[in-house]
Amino acid sequence: MTNEELKNALTELLPHAVFEDGGEWVNLFVEAADWKASAQKLRSWESGPFNFMFCITCVDWKTHFTMVYHLRSTTTLDNIVVKVKLDRSNPAISTVSDIWRTAEFLEREVYDLFGVQFLEHPDLRRLLLTDDWVGYPLRKDYEDPINMIKL
Amino acid sequence: MVEEIGKTVEGDLVINVGPQHPATHGVLHLVITLNGETIKKVEPHLGYIHRSIEKMCESLSYRQFIYTTSRMDYLSAHINNHACALCVEKGLQIEVPERAQVIRVLMDELTRIASHELWWGAMAMDLGAFTPFFHAFRERETINDIMEETCGARLTMNYMVPGGVMADLHPNFQSRVKNFLQLYKSKIHEYDEMVTGNIIFQNRMKGVGYLSAEDVISYGVTGPAGRGSGVSCDVRKLYPYEIYSKLQFDEVLETAGDSFARYMVRLREMQQSIRIVEQLIDNIPEGEYQAKTKAVLKLPKGEFYQRVETARGELGVYIVSEGGTTPYRIKFRSPGFSNLSALDHMTRGGKIGDLVASMGTLDLVIPDIDR
Repeated sequence: MTNEELKNALTELLPHAVFEDGGEWVNLFVEAADWKASAQKLRSWESGPFNFMFCITCVDWKTHFTMVYHLRSTTTLDNIVVKVKLDRSNPAISTVSDIWRTAEFLEREVYDLFGVQFLEHPDLRRLLLTDDWVGYPLRKDYEDPINMIKL
Repeated sequence: MVEEIGKTVEGDLVINVGPQHPATHGVLHLVITLNGETIKKVEPHLGYIHRSIEKMCESLSYRQFIYTTSRMDYLSAHINNHACALCVEKGLQIEVPERAQVIRVLMDELTRIASHELWWGAMAMDLGAFTPFFHAFRERETINDIMEETCGARLTMNYMVPGGVMADLHPNFQSRVKNFLQLYKSKIHEYDEMVTGNIIFQNRMKGVGYLSAEDVISYGVTGPAGRGSGVSCDVRKLYPYEIYSKLQFDEVLETAGDSFARYMVRLREMQQSIRIVEQLIDNIPEGEYQAKTKAVLKLPKGEFYQRVETARGELGVYIVSEGGTTPYRIKFRSPGFSNLSALDHMTRGGKIGDLVASMGTLDLVIPDIDR
């Protein structure tokens, strides 16, 4: 499907989604409260289920966080990017690790480096850093007086 | 550690494999809960070689950040560099000269062979056969020598840059690659004679570490590990980049989903890489090896994603740019990370003795997982 066709089809599936122009793939924003329901719809979409989650990450925009989920369908090979804006003071979002099992590790990584709380995650602990680490290194306001790299 | 021991029921045994253990091939730490010889749970503890490459990249320019990526999956350094170079080129819409494209693909495929060679030797060593390691290194060293001559380094090559490659090929390149092809073809039968056909090896690999096609998709497993379960996930075929769409090669698929299937995928994939190298080695076009680019690169505002097929699977580079000289945010979707997440599922209920046979066929490179 071309991006335009995909966008029209997705508008029917997710009526509340807001589409963002530009970019290589279809970008859409959903509300944090709608994310879990939207994820289930995308995973079980008849026209081409988005069954392969290949990337989860977060971007710190200083005023808010944006969760970025990259999905593709192994049947139609279409790609989409779903984004969810989160409150920076108390970032929290439902886990999707029960829909895509790969999310369990990827969400732990985001929790570890950004401090985003994944609600109902089966095992939300630090993954890469030590358990007693203070702060979340990939946030833009994180300062490490010893190991910081600045040019 | 105390809390995991606290969670186990009476009679269970919790053992640590790693972070210093010969079978993890790096600083991977697995906490394994056992009931007798049966594995109840495998919990990976990561981060022993975490360097926060993503944070580092935020303060490095678009020319500089590529060097850090050679240190992720150091066995596919060329392919990591390639992904980053392609992503920056996508943002800047740079047209890469044909000669550079061919050189890049040649280097990628030689890297893939070298990486699979090392894996093959190490895999056999994990299962107790020491000789294959030396046989694998005989061929691998030849490739490393070729790399050294052209790129100046044997592992962290940093040869691919935005716009093309760093330097032109060494005059000896073609003849040495042809020598390598000859050597490889005269020796490849030894691989099957020594390891593949060995009944002890087959018994240890078959039916071990089973992953279904659904699990592969759900866990985001890619590369030879995914193709061993019959899931078509070769980025070179699905989303062709560079000149892959013009080349003749097959995507290797096996359907058994066990360790032996993953082993066979890698072994046959080496042959496909040889096929690609043979197609290109006599057809390297003349011309520039690098496009003309500005000294300081500035990506336009936006988001760019590029994926490539490394020796381990799908590597994704996600760049968020604010229009400056450094990336605002970079994320590396490393294949090893997702492949490792399936380890618990594929070994659960199996025997502790089979753990290494399952883990070995995931071909984990720890710096690639920890980043």
